Amino acid sequence: MPSQANTTGRQATAAPFAIELKGISKAFGPVQANKDISIAVPRGTIHGIIGENGAGKSTLMSILYGFYRADSGQILINGTPTAIPDSQSAIRAGIGMVFQHFKLVQNFTVLENVVLGAEEGALLAGSLSKARRVLADLSREYELDVDPDALIEDLSVGHQQRVEILKALYRQADILILDEPTGVLTPAEADHLFRILSGLRDQGKTVILITHKLREIMEATDHVSVMRRGTMVGTVKTSETSPEELAELMVGRKVLLEVDKGAANPGKTVLSVQDLRVRDEHGVERLKGVSFDIRAGEILGIAGVAGNGQSELLEALGGIATATGRVAMNGSDLPLSGPAANGQTRREAGIAHVPEDRQHLGLIMDFEAWENVAFGYHNAPEYQKNALLMDNDALRADTAAKMERFDVRPPIPTLAAKSFSGGNQQKIVVAREIERNPDLLLIGQPTRGVDIGAIEFIHKQIVALRDAGKAILLVSVELDEIMSLSDRIAVMFDGKIMGFRDPETTNERELGLLMAGVSEGAA
Amino acid sequence: MDRLPKWADVVLVPLVSLILAAAISAIVIKAIGQSPSEALKVMVEGSLMSAYGWGYTLYYTTSFIFTGLAVTIAFHAGMFNIGGEGQAQIGGLGVALACLFIPWPHWSIALLAASLAAAAFGAVWAAVPAYLAAKRGSHIVITTIMFNYIAAALIVYLLVDVLRPAGQMDPATANFPAATDLPTLNQIPILNLFFEKKVPANITLFIALAAAWAVWLILWRTRLGYQLRAFGKSEAAARYAGINPTKMIMVSMILSGALAGLMSVNNVMGEAGRLLQNSSEGAGFIGIAVALMGRNHPVGVVLAAILFGFLYQGGAELGLWTSIPIELRIVVQGLVILFTGALDIMVRMMLVRIFALFHKAQVA
Repeated sequence: MPSQANTTGRQATAAPFAIELKGISKAFGPVQANKDISIAVPRGTIHGIIGENGAGKSTLMSILYGFYRADSGQILINGTPTAIPDSQSAIRAGIGMVFQHFKLVQNFTVLENVVLGAEEGALLAGSLSKARRVLADLSREYELDVDPDALIEDLSVGHQQRVEILKALYRQADILILDEPTGVLTPAEADHLFRILSGLRDQGKTVILITHKLREIMEATDHVSVMRRGTMVGTVKTSETSPEELAELMVGRKVLLEVDKGAANPGKTVLSVQDLRVRDEHGVERLKGVSFDIRAGEILGIAGVAGNGQSELLEALGGIATATGRVAMNGSDLPLSGPAANGQTRREAGIAHVPEDRQHLGLIMDFEAWENVAFGYHNAPEYQKNALLMDNDALRADTAAKMERFDVRPPIPTLAAKSFSGGNQQKIVVAREIERNPDLLLIGQPTRGVDIGAIEFIHKQIVALRDAGKAILLVSVELDEIMSLSDRIAVMFDGKIMGFRDPETTNERELGLLMAGVSEGAA
Repeated sequence: MDRLPKWADVVLVPLVSLILAAAISAIVIKAIGQSPSEALKVMVEGSLMSAYGWGYTLYYTTSFIFTGLAVTIAFHAGMFNIGGEGQAQIGGLGVALACLFIPWPHWSIALLAASLAAAAFGAVWAAVPAYLAAKRGSHIVITTIMFNYIAAALIVYLLVDVLRPAGQMDPATANFPAATDLPTLNQIPILNLFFEKKVPANITLFIALAAAWAVWLILWRTRLGYQLRAFGKSEAAARYAGINPTKMIMVSMILSGALAGLMSVNNVMGEAGRLLQNSSEGAGFIGIAVALMGRNHPVGVVLAAILFGFLYQGGAELGLWTSIPIELRIVVQGLVILFTGALDIMVRMMLVRIFALFHKAQVA
């Protein structure tokens, strides 16, 4: 099998394009996910594909990797028309894919994972020792050092991703597709990944990078194709374009990339947190004593790589997780454990919470939009018809009004939450929480999986709430978002705050070091 | 995945499932050397073609509506209450105590008291597993199943050693006083024009229909129902919204147990007139199938309860008038449950594909 892939690669070195897609269309029921898409990727380049959520990037790549079959169109690999009915054929054609969510067996070693599915013969030993040799060569060649005998569960996400890349290379991939590869990486790890990718390119491999981050496209790619609503709106040379132009291509109109916000005018302290600690269900301490204040009219941004205690911080403040320490809201202490520590009492204290994971916490996906607008505020008097019944009509009217103010599309209160796009789902949650006019807004990953147009809108709402004299705790793994929105930045690592920074005077490098746990002295 | 239009989802999927179940039942009947068409004729005639047949069908239907609703309301809160059987039997104990030891002047007051007792006893029997699930994390399916056995053993003990009148041979209570006899459908004005002979279906049928309406109202019109459904869809999200998980588990199971307990008003008070061993006769388990087939909606539950009432009564007729063994009734019921419950997805996928083809042909 691998030798076959090799021949395909060698035979066609004369053809200029590693991949050529011609007129690819794919419909799911009435939804046209890909419309007549044509794209040509020259060999030995890094080619970016950018587009909003639902623009059809993932569908296109799934067609290329054999998960879906196109309704029409043609795929040419190295100039040869190739049918890719399944992922095995994709691998045979020299295509490797690194998914956003890794497909690794957690309690296998690196070596076992690399060999998995490509074993030769009945006994493992032969394949394993061959893999060990190949892996050693690959790590030398491409800065892909991973201990072949380490268990996956002991590796950092950055290293796990390298294993995914090694898996593809071990299967003789000439064309590597990476789907949103930097979502889980620190800035330093992302830089390392891009170094690996350029190494691969220099060795003649072709890389396709799918992302929604303009900065990565500008940094890492040679060409970039922009998709919008299932169509390919253009392919340009990265060196001849700008982030502004790409954003405009993606959205179809001019977009404000920078957040337009004036100076903060902080007032009295709204939230005071002292030595807050949270243990998870296994008794492991996840939040190891954090202390900070947030004042009225101020946005405190929490930067950090996902999984360093930010989620626990939000959950403790939002009344979802029990905690120890002291939290005072407008001067009075909040219960941190026991039955009084719950989402209802927090809302009564003036805390609104846009959770990080809107699909699992913030919304009931099967509920209709109006039912979700009542979520958390189902006890509000204006939603009750009498002592017994809820006023569903009032709720639907209120939802329609909120949908109009927040430009939710489609503005249909009786549509199930799961039928909205990520951006519109988030607008429903943000509308629900912000329109309660809270004293403190907890907001986690406000723009994760949200399209650029909606990002701009949500950022404006957050700034407007701040300007109305409210306190905001912003948690985000997007450094750009933290830097542009926050009035103060706290960096979290391993359940602790590594330090506070002023967004005006700090920079990405400094924050990146703190996020990696390098202490203030060293930074 | 492509989705089906709503009418196909609600009507076509159960219908196709039923036809498949009927087809396989026919093969089984053929295989034991009997005529499927004859069997179907006997079943339909015995349960649906006469007022007398309907009188039995609706009697079973009444019980199944209660147990189906019990499963439904717990299901919406994410609880799988398999304990309807035990809760119904303990509900029967409540009915028996209310009827035996308090002299009621009129059946209507006795009905009210017995209903309250049945619901309260059933609710208590469901509340124990619910408490264990909420506070100790024990699995509701396991505990409710165990409580079915405990209920059966408890009833046997009480009937043999405590409630059995001296000198009586069978393990049962004494007959309830005549003042507690509920009007059967043939004794109710207007309905008696249709039901001429005495039938077991009784006034409890209307309580069952009212319960179906009440369950709908609770689930989709009240704050409690809203919280139950939110909790059932996502416990994590419910926590975020400040919905108390312990309360949701307790309330949903107590309502569920009360509904299961209420079914004993139909069989213990309305039909038998005394408490017997195994009074619920499997209706608690049929309720699971009824809820599954009724898509956990009260209207669907009522319709599915009529279907299972027909299967029960028709099956009994089979045993009476043909040489087809009565056990075949269980085979047919099993197939209906298998197709409408477990193989639901298979039928759905099949229909989705057919619809997709149809759609394509239309477009082209």
